[in-house]
Amino acid sequence: MRLLRIVPDDTKFDFMRFRRISFPVSALLSILAICLYFFHGLNFGIDFKGGTLIEVQSKSGAADLARMRATLGSLGLGEVQLQQFGAPNDVLIRIAEQPGGEAAQQAAVTKVRGALGDEVDYRRVEVVGPRVSGELLSYGVVGLMLAILAILIYLWFRFEWQFALGAMIANVHDIVLTIGFMSITQIDFDLTSIAALLTILGYSLNDTVVIYDRIREMLRRYRKLPMPELLNASVNQTLSRSVITHVTVSLALLALLLFGGQAIHSFTATMMFGVVLVGTYTSVFIASPILIYLGVGTGRDALTAPDRDK
Amino acid sequence: MLYFTRWKAAAILLTAFIVCLFAVPNFLPEKMVQSWPKWAQRHVVLGLDLQGGSHILLEVDTNAVRKEKLESLRDDVRRVLRDARVGYTGLVVRGNSVEVRIREGSNFDQAVDKLRELSQPLGGILGSSTGQRSLDVTTEAGNLVRLTVTEPAIVERIRQSVEQSIQIIERRVNELGTVEPLIQRQGIDRILVQVPGLQDPTRLKELLGKTAKLDFRMVDISIPAEQALQGRIPPDSEILYSASQPKTPYLVEKRILVSGADLTDAQPGFDQRTNEPIVSFRFNTSGARKFAQVTQENVGKPFAIILDNQVISAPVIREPILGGSGQISGSFTVESANDLAILLRAGALPAPLTIIEERTVGPGLGQDSIAKGKTSSYVGAAMVIAFMLATYGLFGLFANVAVAINVAMIFGVLSMLNATLTLPGIAGIVLTVGIAVDSNVLIYERIREEVRAGRTPINAIDAGFSRALATILDSNITTFIAAAVLFYIGTGPVRGFAVTLGIGIITTVFTAFTLTRLIVAYWVRWRRPQRVPI
Repeated sequence: MRLLRIVPDDTKFDFMRFRRISFPVSALLSILAICLYFFHGLNFGIDFKGGTLIEVQSKSGAADLARMRATLGSLGLGEVQLQQFGAPNDVLIRIAEQPGGEAAQQAAVTKVRGALGDEVDYRRVEVVGPRVSGELLSYGVVGLMLAILAILIYLWFRFEWQFALGAMIANVHDIVLTIGFMSITQIDFDLTSIAALLTILGYSLNDTVVIYDRIREMLRRYRKLPMPELLNASVNQTLSRSVITHVTVSLALLALLLFGGQAIHSFTATMMFGVVLVGTYTSVFIASPILIYLGVGTGRDALTAPDRDK
Repeated sequence: MLYFTRWKAAAILLTAFIVCLFAVPNFLPEKMVQSWPKWAQRHVVLGLDLQGGSHILLEVDTNAVRKEKLESLRDDVRRVLRDARVGYTGLVVRGNSVEVRIREGSNFDQAVDKLRELSQPLGGILGSSTGQRSLDVTTEAGNLVRLTVTEPAIVERIRQSVEQSIQIIERRVNELGTVEPLIQRQGIDRILVQVPGLQDPTRLKELLGKTAKLDFRMVDISIPAEQALQGRIPPDSEILYSASQPKTPYLVEKRILVSGADLTDAQPGFDQRTNEPIVSFRFNTSGARKFAQVTQENVGKPFAIILDNQVISAPVIREPILGGSGQISGSFTVESANDLAILLRAGALPAPLTIIEERTVGPGLGQDSIAKGKTSSYVGAAMVIAFMLATYGLFGLFANVAVAINVAMIFGVLSMLNATLTLPGIAGIVLTVGIAVDSNVLIYERIREEVRAGRTPINAIDAGFSRALATILDSNITTFIAAAVLFYIGTGPVRGFAVTLGIGIITTVFTAFTLTRLIVAYWVRWRRPQRVPI
């Protein structure tokens, strides 16, 4: 039977040629993402900002957001945000962290329950006090850095230092762009987002390592091949595997995105962006050519000097 | 690569089979499983976001623990010095220490020695070999002795408070009649309370929020309370306010006559005359004795019943109470009387608890999440299976079988560990399916390359496996590191995700190294193919 072949065998696409474009573009996007983070900011959820999150479902038909907003606004709880959450009778209420320490947060919840009374079903109530939110944030950031460090050490161990550094630059770039994405879309940034970032990191490294493995094999085998061609060959050879794997992961993520519901929506959307779009691009167009700039392969018997111009 | 001894093949299949068996209890009805031995009953625990329930994180007020330790140290110093007939002045608590000045003419060194005896070695798992002591005793000019409580001693006291609090919380929560609550310590000074199925945690929070320290003291009738408020409060008394509105002040002696620790029972009830809700209580022998003595000596005077530093009632002693029982009345509702009885029976918390985090999920949302988890899993799996069949045909089928066993094994391991499954955890499993397929893809693509390079089918398959396995290991380890870090820093649902992802990676590597190889090896042996059909 005829099997599905998305990528034809023996492709010989010159990927390395694009590095003169991909590097500046990536640098620009990264700067853009960083600016977005500082000026536009992330939509920090209560896990990191503290406060109260209440998901209610109105018992009779679609929820009247305007009326609820007015009722809750008059309780003197400061900033109260309401938004529809999935179905039309599902409402997500966000209340900023109340001054007055932990007890004040509890008082706020009681007030809301009193105000909305019996006309809604309380699906979910989450209250995070100032102490815990500070911790979660620092744990999250520390965790990310720790993961980057641990993986860097592991790669250094398995490959040469240029590979470790190259992989790290490429993948930190992934995280930066994903944060930019989250800033633009103002997707909820909470603990599950940190989970998504860490998974993107792990998974896109997965990808990079496969290509690096092939590059290492090629370096041993072809001592006279100039770097750009060697890298091109490596990428082309692993292209079929990369595309197929990315398709399967995308299918899995798509199922989660379409059917997983609102609760994990921010998680799956972030993963989709990180793994599919950015991860693929960086493994091919950043992680591989960067090895040229880091001087990999210059010690071999090369007839032609490696490409030095930027 | 393709050669498996019979033993090896059997061992692999047996391992996979046994692990998968552990997943079975999850899908059978409760009744069937209950008759099995304990180890076979292990199953996956549904997280609160799937089951519905309340998660409450409490923090012990460590400042209160410190204060209490220092005050009891001060009382100990007073007692020691009095017993040794040493004169002293200026006995105060300052910062983390108690200071006292020994009077001229008293034996300073003897006093210091006696005070040093108050310091005890801190035990621990290592016993007194840790060399830590509970107090640092130093002397300064002017006959000043300073006793400082050491940090390890405070930490020890906090730990004891937490242990005690956990027991008391257990008693309080059990009164609510809920299903198997989880109460455990977190860190040094925190307690996690998880009650599955609890919809409205308001009553639970009220029960947990009250320290419930009950004491009985005499009211100071030397001057009216209002006058003391304007002017001077007598040194051995303090002003306390009533619990109910309007807040009236009472001048109450500081000395505690009998405390709630001496209660053996407390029950809600109704006053015989007024039919108001009341709480009736009974003392133990020593409490009864003290109570009898106090009431005999003070007929006609009012005494105050104080709960958490608020006066609940201040009745006048009409006659001596020798039986050791009595009742507390004063603006109770039926429910508040019941709650107070619960609190008194369970005991007073050694230090106040604050709620620092609360997450409650209703059962409706829990059911929805389970349903969504199932749907997305099935759809995702179906799409991936279809794609693999289309791309690799027969070998795609082998990969699908391996991935199916992989998922079963994930459930098996989760069951063995009694791990918690959360909604992100289900997402983790779906993701693992996508990643598990990658291992097989790596192998197959390598085989195809080897075929193109001209190897014979069997050699190509063999080379494909051997070359690909190193890459599989490398690439999965990086994702595993990410999962490990996430497990360490995450809580609740996120931790569930890290667990399933981590376990998924381990089972993926296992199945890639063993099962896929096994299936292909047997197929090769059976079919002796002329060409590789991918």
